[in-house]
Amino acid sequence: MAEIILEGVTKRFPDGALAVKDVDLEIADGEFVILVGPSGCGKSTTLNMIAGLEDITEGTLRIGDRVVNDLAPKERDVAMVFQSYALYPHMNVRENMGFPLRLARVDKDTINAKVTEAARILDLTEHLERKPANLSGGQRQRVAMGRAIVRDPKAFLMDEPLSNLDAKLRVQMRTQISRLQRRLATTTVYVTHDQTEAMTLGDRVVVMRQGLVQQIGTPAELYDFPRNIFVAGFIGSPAMNFLNATLENGALRSPLGDLPLDDRTRQALERQNAPREVILGLRPEAFEDSALSHDRGRTGPVFTATVEVLESLGSDVYVYFTAEGGPATTTELEELATDSGLRDTGADTHQIVARLDAATRAREGEPVELQVDMAKAHVFDPATGANLTHPVGMD
Amino acid sequence: MAEVGKTHTARWAVVNVVVVLYALFPVWWIAALSFKDPSTLTDGDYIPRDWTLENYRGIFDTSEFTRALINSIGIALIATVIAVVLGTMAAYAVARVRFPGKRLLIGMSLLIAMFPPISLVSPLFNIERIIGIFDTWVGLIIPYMTFSLPLAIYTLSAFFREIPWDLEKAAKVDGATPAQAFRRVIVPLAAPGVFTTAILVFIFCWNDFLFAISLTSTESARTVPAAIAFFTGSSQFQQPTGSISAAAVVITIPIIVFVLFFQRRIVAGLTSGAVKG
Repeated sequence: MAEIILEGVTKRFPDGALAVKDVDLEIADGEFVILVGPSGCGKSTTLNMIAGLEDITEGTLRIGDRVVNDLAPKERDVAMVFQSYALYPHMNVRENMGFPLRLARVDKDTINAKVTEAARILDLTEHLERKPANLSGGQRQRVAMGRAIVRDPKAFLMDEPLSNLDAKLRVQMRTQISRLQRRLATTTVYVTHDQTEAMTLGDRVVVMRQGLVQQIGTPAELYDFPRNIFVAGFIGSPAMNFLNATLENGALRSPLGDLPLDDRTRQALERQNAPREVILGLRPEAFEDSALSHDRGRTGPVFTATVEVLESLGSDVYVYFTAEGGPATTTELEELATDSGLRDTGADTHQIVARLDAATRAREGEPVELQVDMAKAHVFDPATGANLTHPVGMD
Repeated sequence: MAEVGKTHTARWAVVNVVVVLYALFPVWWIAALSFKDPSTLTDGDYIPRDWTLENYRGIFDTSEFTRALINSIGIALIATVIAVVLGTMAAYAVARVRFPGKRLLIGMSLLIAMFPPISLVSPLFNIERIIGIFDTWVGLIIPYMTFSLPLAIYTLSAFFREIPWDLEKAAKVDGATPAQAFRRVIVPLAAPGVFTTAILVFIFCWNDFLFAISLTSTESARTVPAAIAFFTGSSQFQQPTGSISAAAVVITIPIIVFVLFFQRRIVAGLTSGAVKG
């Protein structure tokens, strides 16, 4: 068990491609940190550098109190779980889990005891003599976990360990990993492209894009105070809605109408010297059926929209509508759309989604009055992507 | 549907029988010859009228054949082991390691295989005489190894490429040195490839006639295919057909044993279950 400290860690591949740039990250002992981002953002490369499977071009990496830049993986004492599980097909479950211990020349009785204990924790006891080929996906995943935990390593490194499981199993294993990590209190670095996994598992989440760290924070911080438009668009499902807007006389002229700014936002925008043309970001829950919010005594600008699609989830209702003027686009948002496959499905990204209370009277094809909670609005600079309403000094 | 299936099966059965007969007829013929006594040797019957083991007794009587058999087994086994060990390591490098001159190495090994061996026999003969390994085991092992290595590297690198990278990374993180990862994870998984290669190399060495006849002059290193060419009849006027047939039958036996033995190790799909699934 140990802390992991990255200082200015950079990875440049021999062909000159910059995979990871200047990552500063301090992971406390026992902390569960998630690296998340779209494919190609450098998260796996960062993990491989921590494991010692990739050389570090620049910067220092410390595990515990040692600089490990030039140490081979075997000397770093970390365990890794691979997306493909990477079980040794010619060994049975017992041999697979005991392999790291056999390499470390631990005596047979200790190996047996540790493997048996790990198998008990992971509910693999009756499968110990089976070969990986005869196990189900979930069992293989647990064997891979078992191989990591028998060693009592300084840290667990997990590279998308759940992405080969089907949706239901993934949710189960997610809670199991979370419980296991809490129980063992071993420092864990976990890579995923799935923001839901990142939000549910991590103590802290590191959002990366194109080799750069975008923001580091707790899941709640990332959700409520995204530092830039990329983090805002990446975290949250359904994603935040982005609209082109113009700042005029303390109000936002937007496709939804003129939205007066509250004091907090106005001050923040003044402090940041906001440009006239901005991008307004509203999460689905920033909207509410005005009939319902009036009853609850909330105030805010109201506009009328025609419901195109309505999805009822029982607890909530999602309504989709189109706003005049089209959606806001920046390179960051284009990238997110490409990554999530929205492009390929030909989905209409012009649509705005609002999450309403289940009690709403909204009907498909009919107009509905919606109220906007301006306290939950984010304003972004279209040129830099920075969140102009981000509270200064948050992190 | 069932009717169609039956005629289909029947047609295939006929084709199979024809192919098998075509392939095995010469083998049967030579086996039949080896069991005939000299007087009926030329009667043209495919089944011997009087069965005799005289031909077999004859070839094992002198040291000419037994010594050649020992040479053959020794030389082929040693050349196979060396070629497979070197081939495994070279193939791993070709499949996995990035190094300058890799394409050149592959090209060179292909080049060796492209030369017709006959064009190299005279230079080899001279070289071996000068450095004093002519007519020795080493003198045959070296060319056998050289000519079977390209084949070994090619077959094996195909197998290594099939092994998921992640397994090697996993082994490294689990605390293995590169050598340990190679020996305990990669090679066991490439075992089918290693055995296939071993069989091919062994057959090549075992059956070679050209090098064996050119690079040997006495019994000390002459292998069976070469030795058979030196067989003589019991009299000047007699053809050694019977002995040659018997020797030909005897030398196919080790090959069959070798293949059967290693075939058990060639289990398809050994890597299944390593990743995903």
